[in-house]
Amino acid sequence: MSSIEPTRQDAQASLDKIRARTLPQRLWSWRYIVLRRVSQLGILLMFFGTAHWGWQVAKDVPLLTGNLSASKFAGILPMADPFAVLQIFLTGHVLQTEVLLGAGIVFAFYLILGGRVYCAWVCPVNMVTDLANWLRMRLDVRPIFHITRNVRYLMLAAALVLSALTGVAAFEWVSPIGMMHREIIFGLGLGFIALLAIFLFDLLILKNGWCGHLCPLGAFWSVVGRHTAQLRVRFDARTCTHCGECARVCPEPQVLNLKKIAETGYVYSGECSNCGRCSPLCPEGSLAFDLRPLIRRHNERSARVVS
Amino acid sequence: MAEKTTTRREFLLQVAQGTAVAATGAMLWLYMLRQEARAHPYALRPPGALPEPDFLAVCIKCGKCVNDCPYDTLKLAGAGGNLPIGTPYFTPRDIPCYLCPHIPCMKACPTGALSPALKNINDSRMGLAVIDIENCLSWRGLRCEICHRECPLKGKAITLETHPRPISKHAMFYPIVHSDACTGCGICEKACPTEEPAIRVFPHKMVQGKIGEHYRLGWTFDTEITQDFKPSGPPATGGAPAKPPKKAPGMDYLNEGGL
Repeated sequence: MSSIEPTRQDAQASLDKIRARTLPQRLWSWRYIVLRRVSQLGILLMFFGTAHWGWQVAKDVPLLTGNLSASKFAGILPMADPFAVLQIFLTGHVLQTEVLLGAGIVFAFYLILGGRVYCAWVCPVNMVTDLANWLRMRLDVRPIFHITRNVRYLMLAAALVLSALTGVAAFEWVSPIGMMHREIIFGLGLGFIALLAIFLFDLLILKNGWCGHLCPLGAFWSVVGRHTAQLRVRFDARTCTHCGECARVCPEPQVLNLKKIAETGYVYSGECSNCGRCSPLCPEGSLAFDLRPLIRRHNERSARVVS
Repeated sequence: MAEKTTTRREFLLQVAQGTAVAATGAMLWLYMLRQEARAHPYALRPPGALPEPDFLAVCIKCGKCVNDCPYDTLKLAGAGGNLPIGTPYFTPRDIPCYLCPHIPCMKACPTGALSPALKNINDSRMGLAVIDIENCLSWRGLRCEICHRECPLKGKAITLETHPRPISKHAMFYPIVHSDACTGCGICEKACPTEEPAIRVFPHKMVQGKIGEHYRLGWTFDTEITQDFKPSGPPATGGAPAKPPKKAPGMDYLNEGGL
């Protein structure tokens, strides 16, 4: 087995491949983004349909009541936001079993699948920030300043400390995620101003500013999925030509540190939200969604093919 | 990818910048929390709600109580309104609480912010009805008493007190609200026919006083001191208190042939 350092020509060849894609190929590379919108809007629609059109799975069994903070699916499956429950717990209040069970179910789901799957596939604010980011790329907005993406962990700590100090769930009271979901499902308030602020912030001030730098819920899920996530992006260092297209489209480019992920064989960082931008774009097929237990075997197989 | 080297100076500056951003954010955040928590105290909560500070902490803002309210009574407070964000409330003049016996809103609550300790809907205390006696038709002397008639706990939460009056054959029928039975459902407020309701429901804190421990209602119990104020022995026969007239004028006007 010999690892060949990719040359500049290899990288250029990869870039040329991307440019030479036909329209159907281009559209096909958007497949995960389309699926994510279907997922995000579908969840929103299920909540909305249950609230306004009385959608039911059976007689008097509503489909999906509540919102992302706490909900119940088909009258039996309780779900709750573990971060919200943690904040309420820190205010010093005892909660009922239903919401604890719901938080446990959701926590276990993302613990196994990967915490920030929530961010890319469920969170409604992601649609707003993705739009801002897309527009920012089209308009070629220059960065004004950089701050470390670790600010979000400070925000996470602050949310927990402020909850304990003020006696109310600190993030839930200002969360644009909660506002967006509530106001779409239960009627309009002024929450869209917060969303507009996030849109403008991401578009004109800081790239990936909200989701990638500030959101404490994203930070929470980053921590949750860090070591246990099973759905990960496999990285095959042998086929990679270092063209850098993946990092260009990635909303969290620090997770694509090619040196480090070449060692592990996959994108290991909890900050990867499995958004599916990089893998369909990669001209060499070096990045692909995979289940973690299978990644080593798949990478070895491709090594055999290459050698 | 070239390794980036960071000097100590740059590193410290980055730390300072990060801290500055975090501190600015935290201050803004605290300000918003204070604004929200100080929001207008006029919020009528669904039945079984914990005391307001606990309710605000425990409510997860999921809106399941709103989903399950069959009368669309409950609403969630939007952002930027004058009620704490995302919490359920109702406005009786629009839609009052119709006191469902099985309390679906409370059962929908996953956190216990609407406490399952409430077993009987008639024991709920969402607020207290208060009558503006200057604008109440009954207190002004007209026959109305709609609030009494509509009250789900009539005779307990709202009673009528009849008062004769000298200038007319018509007695006055004063509706009186009793805080020990009023649930605060607001059906009276919805039913009140005046242009602005003369009976309204408020959170207890906004309208209810408190006597305080140090006041003693001496006539309600016996102590050495209160003994002194009690009449000793049976009252003198000559000074019997004047009996109230059997029929006050106007009390029975329909039967008096006055019409």
